[in-house]
Amino acid sequence: MYVKREDWIPGNFKNVPDTGRSTQNDIVQHGWTPITTTTSVLGVVFESGVALAADTLTSYGSMACFQNNPRILTVNQNIIVAAAGEYSDYQFIRDIVEEKVRTEKSLNDGISMKPKALHTWLSRVLYNRRTKMKPLWSTFLVAGIQNDVPFLGEIDKLGTAFVDDQIANGYGAYLALPLMRKAIDEKREKFNSKLTKDEAVDLLKKCMEVLYYRDARSHDKYQIGIVTKDSVEIQNLVLKPNWEVAKLVQGYE
Amino acid sequence: MSSIGTGYDLSASQFSPDGRVFQVEYAFKAVENSGTAIALRGSDGVVFAVEKLVTSKLHEDSTGKRLFSVEDHIGMAVGGLTADASAILDVAREEARSYRQSYNMPISLKYLNERVSMYIHAHTLYSAIRPFGCAVIIGSYDPKDGPQMYMIDPAGVSFGYFGCAIGKAKQTAKTEIEKLNLKTMTCKELIKEAAKIIYMVHDELKDKQFELELSWVGSHTNGKHEEVSKEVFDDALKYAKASLDDDSGSDGE
Amino acid sequence: MDTIIDRGAPKARNFEPYASNGGSIVAISGKDFAIVASDTRLSEGYMIYTRKQSKLFQLSDKSVLGCTGCWCDTLSLTNIIQSQLKSYLYDHNTVMQPNSIAQLLSTLLYSRRFFPYYVYNVLAGLDNNGEGCLYSYDPVGHCEKVNYTAGGSSGVLMQPFLDSWLGNRTTDNPVTEEEALSLVKDAFTAAGERDIYTGDEVVYNIIKKDGIQTGVVQLRKD
Repeated sequence: MYVKREDWIPGNFKNVPDTGRSTQNDIVQHGWTPITTTTSVLGVVFESGVALAADTLTSYGSMACFQNNPRILTVNQNIIVAAAGEYSDYQFIRDIVEEKVRTEKSLNDGISMKPKALHTWLSRVLYNRRTKMKPLWSTFLVAGIQNDVPFLGEIDKLGTAFVDDQIANGYGAYLALPLMRKAIDEKREKFNSKLTKDEAVDLLKKCMEVLYYRDARSHDKYQIGIVTKDSVEIQNLVLKPNWEVAKLVQGYE
Repeated sequence: MSSIGTGYDLSASQFSPDGRVFQVEYAFKAVENSGTAIALRGSDGVVFAVEKLVTSKLHEDSTGKRLFSVEDHIGMAVGGLTADASAILDVAREEARSYRQSYNMPISLKYLNERVSMYIHAHTLYSAIRPFGCAVIIGSYDPKDGPQMYMIDPAGVSFGYFGCAIGKAKQTAKTEIEKLNLKTMTCKELIKEAAKIIYMVHDELKDKQFELELSWVGSHTNGKHEEVSKEVFDDALKYAKASLDDDSGSDGE
Repeated sequence: MDTIIDRGAPKARNFEPYASNGGSIVAISGKDFAIVASDTRLSEGYMIYTRKQSKLFQLSDKSVLGCTGCWCDTLSLTNIIQSQLKSYLYDHNTVMQPNSIAQLLSTLLYSRRFFPYYVYNVLAGLDNNGEGCLYSYDPVGHCEKVNYTAGGSSGVLMQPFLDSWLGNRTTDNPVTEEEALSLVKDAFTAAGERDIYTGDEVVYNIIKKDGIQTGVVQLRKD
């Protein structure tokens, strides 16, 4: 590669890629803390589609700040997305995704975004931001149908992306994911089949209840989004917890 | 044209001694050479119809369209150089996008008209650039303001219209449009009339083949601009052809 | 003396751009074959993200890359390599040879010398003479041609094992395909017992003249 004469120094016989971060005129932000946060999201694949669950609480530290902030987004008739983490970062992504969908619609060519494409796109956006050390502090679950096959994938704030039949993050990964894996494995071992839609929704309801008992940042009002081959549906639900068991736990007197 | 430029037509930045800008007038000529496009504003929406001239039998059907969506709720019909028109379409889309990003609501047609007119007008002021060789009609519907429609010419001049026509047969088309009682008619009635007018003004001797394009935006489409369904299109086509046959029949008698 | 009471308010966390997502790679090259294998567990801390994420990336008919470490860097790096390979194919109308891919990978890794891709790479393939070849890397692009290697979270467990079996082989006693596959399986089975970041399944690719043969072996899932 050609080196400009004024850049030439002894030993510099070719251009070396410039990868150092500039130190001039560049205020480097060293830390960043999420402020308005949301808790776990859950996603599960069933025989004919995918279901996501997320509550509608946005916390401000330990304060239950906004109690009606939905975070399951209908992207198009084929994709839903749910987010956890910093709510403003979710809103930022939501606005861009909605714009993409509008642009796509106005082209009027009958082509619409597919879930794998959105999953990859999100992983690139989040990875680029983490590489700039200005992360979007959010985790996204992308659910949809691609070529008649249900798709469920996650992307975290680093751009770590993967696909699975059951995904949960945050406390959900510890409390709900084992329940989901158990239900799915049992169904497969006993009946050699996947969950039905009703079983998947019931499973998510159970998981949201379990999370509500132990996750202090969770909420009783939540949404379940269901995407199947021919429909997208978002249900608004309220938990009916049973605190009878609480007295069995020692140490509350 | 009454006179040729005699040296005053080389640039859009220079007036002729009698106060004309020839480059802009030539741009009008470009529009007058194109297939006719009309738009009718009724009581419940706006309908668009285009006579898309097919210059070669080798062209694929339904390509090279002249009816577009700027956004979900705004339709655009174009006449003149279609490549210039698609540049204007891009500008209109970007204008709508940036309005939505700033204000989180759809752009009003009045404001879009102002912005696009200004852009087109700006291209009539400088020697280095060529004015747009196209005219555009934009239309939309919303429940509060009802149907709206504007036409912008290559000079950047725009007016609101109840019915307008651009292209080869704009005079004949306008005469036909004036016969309609636009303010009381609905889109369902107007779409047939629009198809009829396009078929009526089409000059079979000069331009053999053409393709009819029909679209609408109104209360019946929930304020969305869309191509008409196949049934509506076929109905309108039937109506147009039937009334043409009647006319030629009576002429013969 | 002042007492600072921690009221549990959120502390400013420093953003950590790297994650350790586990996973191991083993690869062995022979006279006319190369075998490369990875486990399929993707994890972070005590959490398993998924049990079915292969870390093998087929780059051509004759080369497979094993890539593990920080999964988001793995995704980026493999995407870049794959698009560069496409460009090379379109520019030269030739599939890039493994030795060239090896150089490309080294350059790519070193281009991020001061903000590295936190990944361990093993490139396996068949060279111009149809012989198995293997390149092992560190995260910043040091590249070494080897006959066998282990990398990733269990690299340090499996490398001595491979050393003891393959370390003093001579050319008149080359490793056979069957032996190599069995060593790979044993290495992973042993690693799965001791390393929580390696488990679930092993996927292996055997690269030979007439194609790439793929197989799966089950590992412990706890």
